[in-house]
Amino acid sequence: MQSQATYNYKVVRQFAIMTVVWGIVGMLVGVIIAAQLVFPDLLNLPVVNEFLSFGRLRPLHTNAVIFAFGGCALFATSFYVVQRTCQTRLFAPGLATVVFWGWQLIIVAAAVSLPAGNTTGKEYAELNWIVDIVITLVWVLYAIVFFGTLAIRKVSHIYVANWFYGAFIIAVALLHIFNSFEIPLVFFGGALLDSYSFYAGVQDAMVQWWYGHNAVGFFLTAAFLGMMYYFVPKQADRPVYSYRLSVVHFWALIFTYMWAGPHHLHYTALPDWAQSVGMVFSLILLAPSWGGMINGIMTLSGAWHKLRTDPVLKFLITSLSFYGMSTFEGPMMSIKSVNALSHYTDWTIGHVHSGALGWVAMVAVGSIYFLLPRLYGKTEMYSTKLINTHFWVATIGIVLYIASMWIAGVMQGLMWRATNPDGTLTYTFVEAVKATYPFWTVRLVGGTLFLVGMVIMFYNVLKTIGSGKAYDAPVVVPAAAHA
Amino acid sequence: MEIATINTIRAILVVVGLLCFLGICYWAYSKHAKADFEEAARLPLADDDLPVDPVDKEGMTNG
Repeated sequence: MQSQATYNYKVVRQFAIMTVVWGIVGMLVGVIIAAQLVFPDLLNLPVVNEFLSFGRLRPLHTNAVIFAFGGCALFATSFYVVQRTCQTRLFAPGLATVVFWGWQLIIVAAAVSLPAGNTTGKEYAELNWIVDIVITLVWVLYAIVFFGTLAIRKVSHIYVANWFYGAFIIAVALLHIFNSFEIPLVFFGGALLDSYSFYAGVQDAMVQWWYGHNAVGFFLTAAFLGMMYYFVPKQADRPVYSYRLSVVHFWALIFTYMWAGPHHLHYTALPDWAQSVGMVFSLILLAPSWGGMINGIMTLSGAWHKLRTDPVLKFLITSLSFYGMSTFEGPMMSIKSVNALSHYTDWTIGHVHSGALGWVAMVAVGSIYFLLPRLYGKTEMYSTKLINTHFWVATIGIVLYIASMWIAGVMQGLMWRATNPDGTLTYTFVEAVKATYPFWTVRLVGGTLFLVGMVIMFYNVLKTIGSGKAYDAPVVVPAAAHA
Repeated sequence: MEIATINTIRAILVVVGLLCFLGICYWAYSKHAKADFEEAARLPLADDDLPVDPVDKEGMTNG
């Protein structure tokens, strides 16, 4: 009787497919705005130019890749991992369905409201107060499904991947609620969708970057580490290198990340001591970050040969290399004197994409390639060769992207700070803009390559689904059921 | 007075947080945790998640 029950794969399938779809949409918008920097008149069309301007499309790009692409990947994998490692069906699968449709609704709301110019002005939290409330409700349902599944688990341990996913769910709830405290103007005779932040001045800036950096720390790091802790051991067919290290670096990340936000506000009105605290905690973060990277890569020790033939493993291990690179670069950039050069330049954009394309997208893509055949009754994707092609196209794209942005950023920083002997600025701002054109062009090529990789993936996914059949695996009967 | 009190509470919280973390490290490196960790680390691997009747392997489907 017990063996008849199957895992709830339907919601995993839905989110897995939408990961690829939103990935293509979000990255396409990224390529468009990269092209706008090289060809400023590209979308200067009559009537619609307002909706397609860089300022409107840029938040659409960031929201789409982080919350639509990254979010769907996290929902898909967390719902899969929590079921498999707890050896039980989802708790309240009906709520999981609501989470899926609710999240798609939020994405569509963002896709309409951001180009329309409706924004709170808070980076990565641009969506209006009504959408903020919907996000909160959907997130609570997500938490109920996830923690409910943990509560009804059939095994005694909570596998470490679930700790990371759990921390992500709790922390994102906390961040979203506190950063979204806002006064809707509609109650005071204002427009329906407009609001003012609850906080004022530098406090508002500090709350925003406490949110902003922890969105990186918990949404884009802790949660994707959860993904890594399940899919790397599975694909390598080896247990994680050190479970002990995973526990210690988990808690070190949790205790440290919350303090790192002030490094976004160096040399601003934020008190100097707060900036220094942010810098010191950012430097400390190097240790737990590299703990995760070492743990993931060393899981492969003794099985390195698998990297030669297995492109899914190539995605996963390369993602860890980029994770290690960007979590070294991040603490360095948080040092005040380095930040004085790097801040507000394209170096920051390069750093972000080293993390977002190299780490987040690569580990998500590798995990989806692992998942998809299993969700459609198959043992492997339609074409392993195309996965390999995707890997190389994406990797070359990332390298072009981040290398061009590093050079552009350092160049901009040096030009902005250069002074003549009499104290006047050597270069006008527009001279730095002009000098950046070649690098923006290289970045456009890199970003386009990454997008092409996603399109190759989409074809492979469609072919896999076409030749497969929606499949729900039977729930494992625990070996120690009577223990 | 009030500022001093709230700052004392903040300082105490930081120390409690640090002690908490050191306690977790001590526990993680204890002998007791080792066996549990080894069992937990095998959780994903002991779980065969490939389809019972894969559609892409000939002769294994029963229609």
